[in-house]
Amino acid sequence: MNQPIHGPHAHSSAQLGALMLQVMLALAPATLYSFWLYGWPAFNLWLLCLVSALFWEALFLALFHKPVGAHLKDGSATVTAWIMALCLPPWAPWWLAVVGTFLAIAIIKQIFGGLGQNVFNPAMAARVMLLIAFPVEMTTWIAPEAVAISPPDITSGLAITFQGLSALPDGYSGATLLDAVKNQSAQGDPVSATLSHLDYRPTDAIIGLRGGSLGESTSALLLLGGLYLLWRRVITWQAPLGLLLGAAVPAAGLSLAAPESYPGGVFHLLAGGLMLAAFFIVTDPVTAPITARGRFVFGLGCGLLTWLIRTFGNYPEGVAFAVMLMNSTVPLIDRYIKPRIYGRTRKGDPLPITEGRTS
Amino acid sequence: MFSPRLRGGVHPPGHKELSNASPIRRFPLAERLYLPLQQHLGAPATPIVKVGERVRKGQLVASSQGTVSAPVHAPTSGVVRALAEHTAPHPSGLPVLAITLEPDGREEWDPSLAPVSDPLALPPEELCLRVGSAGIVGLGGATFPAAVKLGSSLKRGVDTLILNGGECEPYLTCDDRLMQEEPESIIRGALLMQHAVQARRVIVGIEDNKPHALAAIRKAAEGQGVEVRSVPSRYPMGSQKQLVQLLTGIELPAMSRAADSGVLMHNVATARAVYQALCQGRPLISRVVTLSGQALTHQGNWEVPLGTPASYLINYASGFDCAPARLIMGGPMMGIQLPDLNVPVIKGTSGILALTRKEINTDEPGPCVRCAGCVRACPMGLQPLEMAANIRNGDFEKARSLGLDDCVGCGACSYICPASLPLVHLFNYAKGELASRQREARKMEKTRALAQRREERLVRQAREREELMAARRAAAARKAAGEEGPS
Repeated sequence: MNQPIHGPHAHSSAQLGALMLQVMLALAPATLYSFWLYGWPAFNLWLLCLVSALFWEALFLALFHKPVGAHLKDGSATVTAWIMALCLPPWAPWWLAVVGTFLAIAIIKQIFGGLGQNVFNPAMAARVMLLIAFPVEMTTWIAPEAVAISPPDITSGLAITFQGLSALPDGYSGATLLDAVKNQSAQGDPVSATLSHLDYRPTDAIIGLRGGSLGESTSALLLLGGLYLLWRRVITWQAPLGLLLGAAVPAAGLSLAAPESYPGGVFHLLAGGLMLAAFFIVTDPVTAPITARGRFVFGLGCGLLTWLIRTFGNYPEGVAFAVMLMNSTVPLIDRYIKPRIYGRTRKGDPLPITEGRTS
Repeated sequence: MFSPRLRGGVHPPGHKELSNASPIRRFPLAERLYLPLQQHLGAPATPIVKVGERVRKGQLVASSQGTVSAPVHAPTSGVVRALAEHTAPHPSGLPVLAITLEPDGREEWDPSLAPVSDPLALPPEELCLRVGSAGIVGLGGATFPAAVKLGSSLKRGVDTLILNGGECEPYLTCDDRLMQEEPESIIRGALLMQHAVQARRVIVGIEDNKPHALAAIRKAAEGQGVEVRSVPSRYPMGSQKQLVQLLTGIELPAMSRAADSGVLMHNVATARAVYQALCQGRPLISRVVTLSGQALTHQGNWEVPLGTPASYLINYASGFDCAPARLIMGGPMMGIQLPDLNVPVIKGTSGILALTRKEINTDEPGPCVRCAGCVRACPMGLQPLEMAANIRNGDFEKARSLGLDDCVGCGACSYICPASLPLVHLFNYAKGELASRQREARKMEKTRALAQRREERLVRQAREREELMAARRAAAARKAAGEEGPS
């Protein structure tokens, strides 16, 4: 006698692999644009991240006696590696990619129990570890204008990737906007002077002509990918909106009070990894709350912490720290923010019976 | 008045077009009919016929027993051939006691059956009794005895009678066709039920993916004081709690009956059965069954005598295009898997589906990534992923505290789950486990009480014996004293 199978016998076409494929599709425009901006070394780095992540994933799946093939096919490691690549400096050396994906896949994900069990967002936690362990390599930014003038060919691209900073030609490196504002503000320069000195226009941030991590420079294409995911219902809007509001509203408020000391909301929205985080990081279901309201609170917390760290902390960029901190509050959020059960009060008691003689 | 939206829910592909254009056809008699004594929720019926006895069409062959039960009637005239166990339409495939009837083909009606000339003139209690003696149960699939529901609603006093024409399960079109072909019977049945429970108003709710049924019912309801409302197509719209809320705005409190909130809901097919019982003197001996699924050659709707084996139905009406990957009784969302085709059509058989591999989910369950699709899909506002995680860890009580008792088992969560987790399976398992634990605890309590009573009895007996002995000693002493006294 066969084991009886419970309903439902019908099933939606939703599959994890298909969802992951959609995420990759959404990441593709921003990634391709970054390849064009930063040339071969960026492509090398991205490829290395993917290959090494799949290697670590396979190795640790095998170590934990899990079916390697089935889990490699679900695409979760690929997406983690992809996002990891987008969070690294564009010309980062090869070992940064390999160590980074080891931290993300092996330490953060597999050791915590594999897919669905990790507490922290693998890409963000790995980025934080790398930043603390290798501060120089993790803050060596490349100026896109310099790359546009003389892009490295395949051979010099490989040299940059595999020989590290020693092979980095002069004249390519630059600071990110957040770096510049933080440093100049520390010296007492007014924000407007710093920005005009840097020839800052918000449109530059939108089209990505500012130094930064591999994939965070093009806000417009990241937004496009995010809207695509929203349209395909791969992600929900609560966490992204929460994050954007959480960062923009306090920034706008403080900037209004002291415009020469603090940059405004639009600056913060377009700078650093905020757009990437909004649509591809705080929307990671594993490390986010499960309710709609919980996700909004989670996003809001991420945004607020990001702005606080950027404005008052020691680091110019705070997205990764903010996400990690909020990840650790997810069980708490899920405990206190729950949907109301049909026919019950928020406390869980049955609703009082009212005679149906309405109207 | 505000109109609340249905929370959660999913949009499974309807597949209604496979069978919704085919009119209901009468199904001929099979060589043998198997009438299980339990075709309803509650206590099984008691057989009142003997093997070898000749019965007529509509004759009572098994009477209801206890407060929640329903009688069984002969679907045709013929001879009782056996009173034995037969495969039940239940996923376990375990046998149930069934009456085997061999039709004689003469279709002779039981002469004692007679329609009521003016049922609306009968007292409501009498209507409830007649519905009960006609063996009518909820034909939507729940098979709760209709008279029990009517009787308790009459006692409690309900305001609104809701007729459920939702039919939100994919594939099924039996109610759709019935509403198109016999709208007058349905409306008249509804008015009878309204009288039986003395309801102030009647509302028919029909999903908007059935425009023909909606038009037919609207036409039949004209001037009858019956409100017909179109509701959005969204699974599980046909679930009582969801449809009641959408039509009346009343959110039925947890752990209460609909009647407590002044609402009674019945399926449209049940209303038609009530009409047939009272106005035609015809007890529940057949029902409309949707035959569908891509594995069949001809999908359609058939008015099938109860007890007809599913194999006979499929062989006669359709045949297979390919070997079905799964056989289902009911809809694909909440229907049950059939062990084989030997099972008979019973009162709750709204459909028999033969699905191909493509139509069912054959994916192996994967890890949960907390995507929360189930949380969004749950019409009850539960957190299926958390409940499932606790059940997997064996913590059933925690699952219950998260709302396991409120789960209606609609399957929206399993349907949407990208990891193909068997969520409903886990919930049913935990519900069963908790119920058996409760039974166990009650048994323990009983044993303890008995043991305690025995203890008390022993103490009492010892004390009584002691008292008796003391009395005897005292008597003996008195006697001895008396003997000495006079001297």
